[in-house]
Amino acid sequence: MTDQQQADLRKDEIEAGTTTGLASPSVDVTSDRQNSLWSDAWVALKRNPFFWIGAVLTVVFTVMAIVPQLFARGQDPRACDLANSRGLPSAEHWFGYDVQGCDYLATVVYGARNSLIIGIFAVVVILVLGVAVGAIAGYFGGVTDGVLSRIADIFYALPLILGALVLLRVGPETSIPIINSRGPGAVALALALFGWMTAMRLVRSQVIAVRNSDYVAAARAMGAGNTRILVRHILPNAVAPVLVYTTITIGVIIAAEATLTYLGVGLQRPAFSWGLQIEAGQDAIRSAPHLVLFPSIVLTLTVMAFILMGDALRDALDPRQRA
Amino acid sequence: MGRYVARRLLLTIPVMLGASILIFAMVYALPGDPIRALAGDRPVSPAVVQVLTERFHLDDPLWVQYWEYLKGLFQGDLGTDFRGRPVLDTIERTLPVTIRLTIVAVIFEIIIGLAAGVLAGIRRNSFFDNLVLVSTTVIVAIPILVLAFIAQLLFGLKLGWFPIAGTREGWYSYVLPGLVLASGSLAYVARLTRTSIAENLRADFVRTAKAKGLPPRRIIVQHTLRNSLIPVVTFIGADIGALLGGAIVTETVFNLPGIGREVFDAIRAQEGAVVVGIVTLMVFFFIFFNLVVDVLYAVLDPRIRYD
Repeated sequence: MTDQQQADLRKDEIEAGTTTGLASPSVDVTSDRQNSLWSDAWVALKRNPFFWIGAVLTVVFTVMAIVPQLFARGQDPRACDLANSRGLPSAEHWFGYDVQGCDYLATVVYGARNSLIIGIFAVVVILVLGVAVGAIAGYFGGVTDGVLSRIADIFYALPLILGALVLLRVGPETSIPIINSRGPGAVALALALFGWMTAMRLVRSQVIAVRNSDYVAAARAMGAGNTRILVRHILPNAVAPVLVYTTITIGVIIAAEATLTYLGVGLQRPAFSWGLQIEAGQDAIRSAPHLVLFPSIVLTLTVMAFILMGDALRDALDPRQRA
Repeated sequence: MGRYVARRLLLTIPVMLGASILIFAMVYALPGDPIRALAGDRPVSPAVVQVLTERFHLDDPLWVQYWEYLKGLFQGDLGTDFRGRPVLDTIERTLPVTIRLTIVAVIFEIIIGLAAGVLAGIRRNSFFDNLVLVSTTVIVAIPILVLAFIAQLLFGLKLGWFPIAGTREGWYSYVLPGLVLASGSLAYVARLTRTSIAENLRADFVRTAKAKGLPPRRIIVQHTLRNSLIPVVTFIGADIGALLGGAIVTETVFNLPGIGREVFDAIRAQEGAVVVGIVTLMVFFFIFFNLVVDVLYAVLDPRIRYD
């Protein structure tokens, strides 16, 4: 790998947030036992309190998304009584009531499902796109790489929210399936379409970094084809940074979904979504601030769960950071 | 260096064209009748429809529409919205608001982010250092939408320190939205500075400075800080490009009439010319400041050479 390629790789990793790029290499070769990257990482993870906070929150919100009934304290978010409109939190109803007089705890709890579905679905699409395009660009290089990288540059120059906003605004008037559905699928696809570039650059850099290594040459000498070399020998090297990026990105996507929904182009009523709840609550921000506060807190905790885990994973998986 | 800048400038052309085509295609290629949307419930005479269709090239294929747009662009004409107001005027009216917001945000990044990062980096593992670590982790994870509402509730309504909407109180009205907009980058600046300083304090040239008996103050300021600030300065530079284009949420929540809110309104109203014009401008800012940063890097760090 030339110095220029090394520098490019660092730059891509820093932009993706999978490393801070500042620590100098310091690998302890005198240690009597050589652990694998993953067992070392697990030892470091176990000691990191941020990782445990993130992991516990993730489990809680995942369970909440699957069986919201467990958290709703027996209330049905669709059983509303206008007499209770904007009722304040009480011992019986922890989060109070919303404008329609629905139990707000139940309403907020039921919002977890859409957030997580969109977060995970979008990230899966981002991974598929990013890994496929990145691997092809990095492995074949030359004109292929030039064209694919310029396309990524174009998407990169458009802010995520802005691109998704335009697509979701015009989406319902088109005949493209899923995109015209106004549902979670449309939001996830729109976010993935404007968010795949970092994953692509990350995979591309890693592929370039190992493409010319001896073991890849050895595999080729043994008669392995392009696909086999890519899948079996090159991509496994990109797993660590991509895993860190993926974890953080689920959080970023969940925040972006709430933002798009708040702006009116994401999920639509009567769906349960924290973005919709914040949007509905902002009109009453003076008289009933709890309507904005509770969905905001839950949204923040969900986003934080993934970002904390991603941060901890990065620190654990980047040997350059270990002093 | 000159050749490098020229090559980079040439490379920005396809990216800018591509980004504007992408937005243009999304806005114009899709069905929907802007004339009907403009007229609302009122009946429109066929003659009016015909004139509007011709003026805005609504019946031509996409590439003809785009070509017409490009021709206008090179003559400094960004087109007009459906009410006949030039897009350029709209940008001239809204851009100063966004620039002011960006200036306030960058000042916050520099003052708070740098100070926190420097103090934390010098006193590694102190109470303050841990405080900076934990608070930056939390701030990064709070969506800007939530942060905006928390700021409005706390500093606007509860404490009454700052106005929560509009620009009536001049620069003062930009303080709260500027802080919200800056928050994520501010936390990143603090962390970047902290790590960078801690790294440089262990560097050989700092050890040499200590060995030859320089006073600690001089070691910190002259030898450590100046080197540590290189990545920070370049991050802030690139961030300016992003801030100038990314303030849709902040401007909407705080009701600031900048380009972010303008483009959001235009997207909702499907005002194609306004959307394409402003987005192209945002892309230009983004690319331009990234180029400036790459050049700046070579100027600040003599180890980096592009030619």
